[in-house]
Amino acid sequence: MTQELPIVAGDAAVSSTARERATGIYRQMRLMRRFEEVVLDFMAAEVREIQGPVHPYVGQEAVAAGVCAALTQQDKLISTHRGHGHCIGKGARTDRMMAELFGKRTGYCKGKGGSMHIADFDIGMLGANGIVAAGLPIATGAALAEVLNGTTNVVVCMFGDGAAAAGPLHETLNIAALSKLPMIFVCENNGWSVNTQPDVSLAPESVAALAEPYGIPSRIVDGNDVNAVLAAAEWAVARARSGEGPSMIEARTFRRLGHATRGPFPPDNRDPEILRGWVERDPIDHFAQFIVDNRLGDTAGIEAANRSVEEELVDSVRFARESPFPEASEAFEDFFV
Amino acid sequence: MSTETFAAAIDSATAEEMRLDDRVFLMATNPPAALRAEFGPERVREMPIAESAMTGMAIGAAASGLRPIVQFSAVNFSFVAFDQMVNQAARIRYMFGGQREFPIVFRARYLNGTRSAAQHSQTGYAYYAHAGGIKLVVPSRVEDARGLFTAAIRDPNPVMFFEAERLGTLTDELVEGPSGPQELGVAVRRREGTDVTIVAIGYMVREALEAADALQQLGISAEVIDPRTLVPLDVEAVKASVRKTGRLVVVDESMPACSMASEIITTIIEDPSMFSAMTAAPRRVCTTPTPVPYSQVLEDFVLPDRNDIVAAALDLTRGALTSERN
Repeated sequence: MTQELPIVAGDAAVSSTARERATGIYRQMRLMRRFEEVVLDFMAAEVREIQGPVHPYVGQEAVAAGVCAALTQQDKLISTHRGHGHCIGKGARTDRMMAELFGKRTGYCKGKGGSMHIADFDIGMLGANGIVAAGLPIATGAALAEVLNGTTNVVVCMFGDGAAAAGPLHETLNIAALSKLPMIFVCENNGWSVNTQPDVSLAPESVAALAEPYGIPSRIVDGNDVNAVLAAAEWAVARARSGEGPSMIEARTFRRLGHATRGPFPPDNRDPEILRGWVERDPIDHFAQFIVDNRLGDTAGIEAANRSVEEELVDSVRFARESPFPEASEAFEDFFV
Repeated sequence: MSTETFAAAIDSATAEEMRLDDRVFLMATNPPAALRAEFGPERVREMPIAESAMTGMAIGAAASGLRPIVQFSAVNFSFVAFDQMVNQAARIRYMFGGQREFPIVFRARYLNGTRSAAQHSQTGYAYYAHAGGIKLVVPSRVEDARGLFTAAIRDPNPVMFFEAERLGTLTDELVEGPSGPQELGVAVRRREGTDVTIVAIGYMVREALEAADALQQLGISAEVIDPRTLVPLDVEAVKASVRKTGRLVVVDESMPACSMASEIITTIIEDPSMFSAMTAAPRRVCTTPTPVPYSQVLEDFVLPDRNDIVAAALDLTRGALTSERN
């Protein structure tokens, strides 16, 4: 499946640590997928319990899971508008995420943020962001803060191929390289800038090529292969943590659903052959098979993880539905300190 | 007593706070040399001309517990970072449910009156008042510049600090030693009067005081209010003055549409008790509704000055004075 298998310690013996890690990563990816499927159910016209726009991450789960598996809780991550998977990867609670989407007071942002603005600063999740490319400068500042505060923490900036065509990437690659900041630029190249493909939105052949002129090393990986993403992330994290400066990872993946939705998606008019190919390369199914093939776990273990995801989401939905809406007066809170 | 220029006062306030608080650091494309010499390149960071990155970096650094100061070369360069200013700095605490504080100071000069033409000669504060979420400070005196800048650094919110270039080289008498912070949101009455209230912003306070002197010669007693901060705005100070005078002129060297002059007047007259207390329609004294041109002849025409303020005050008081005299 990949040239590097960082999860597997060696052929002779699969350690219990590797088993636990693999199962944990699998469960996270499954949770990312099922969280969004449940969210979409609650956006249906006859339900409308979730009313704001949602940008589904379906099909890209290996990127968030692989990158976050290389991080500690003290490391920071900045997300995009397509941020549910990043939040779950960084360790956010799905009950508080769900409550946020339901517009409830118990949500991460007390119902003020919604899907595009989930953040949990206590676990280093510095926020999803509704503006393409806006997270890049903020992540750069967070990385500078780690330097000035004298830590060895690293900062990941997730961005899409759409942001690769925007100015802030140039500004921040330049500054991160000049100051050797402990940063990892992770481009999720999902093939679609809203409805535009890279061949009409980006002149270079790859996003990774944009890092080269700044002397920032990069790797292009299969974004549907969590092993490949994790290997690249561990390489980049090690560089950042040891003071070698920023790196870039371009994870090539595919946005399986539309750009955004407020309800059921309209019929997909993209090439069905291409879509089918990516569905066949589903990152979660493939990793489940990888686990079994490499004796990192068995089918029973996978099924147990699936059940535990369903149980968590049932609890999350119950929490969200039973939580109170904010009082109108709370609109005035959390503005100025 | 000693004297200090407006610009030097802000630098010395910065240095004082940097000595007291390790979390304070500065990002600027051209940082003050004295600060760089004292605090070194880590805390006084010489940045590429990348306002969007600098602004976003301040937000990210503030989220991690630091207290950044961003020095824009002029306010018009902050517009290059409008996304980071408006979509991020002004909203980030609110949209994340108040999870973190974002103590950031943005320094921004405006070059009105210095023959710098349309892009550099705009105050910009009305854009940010409309954005919300950012406190706005526009001092008119050196003493205030120092004390309000200290307060801005210590404030837990984003604060934008506007510096009229025409004040930059002016000196005021200054008390020696550390000045301490002055409270944000407190207006100062610069001159007491009974016939008309003149609210003036930034450098315009000095023009308003000159106008008040001229009005005195004409038998009109003008009260001059310096709001000092536009967000928060000391509405009560303005109301108290207008209750006494019944007349309001607001001087703002910005285009009139959606200006702070418009906002201050609206805030006053939409209070029914204030509306009924007023004996004349309020008046904005702003720039002409055009960009600021280069030629000294054109710029002097376009920007408001003491003569425009005198004319407006005369217009508002004429009827009353005539009836009083008769």
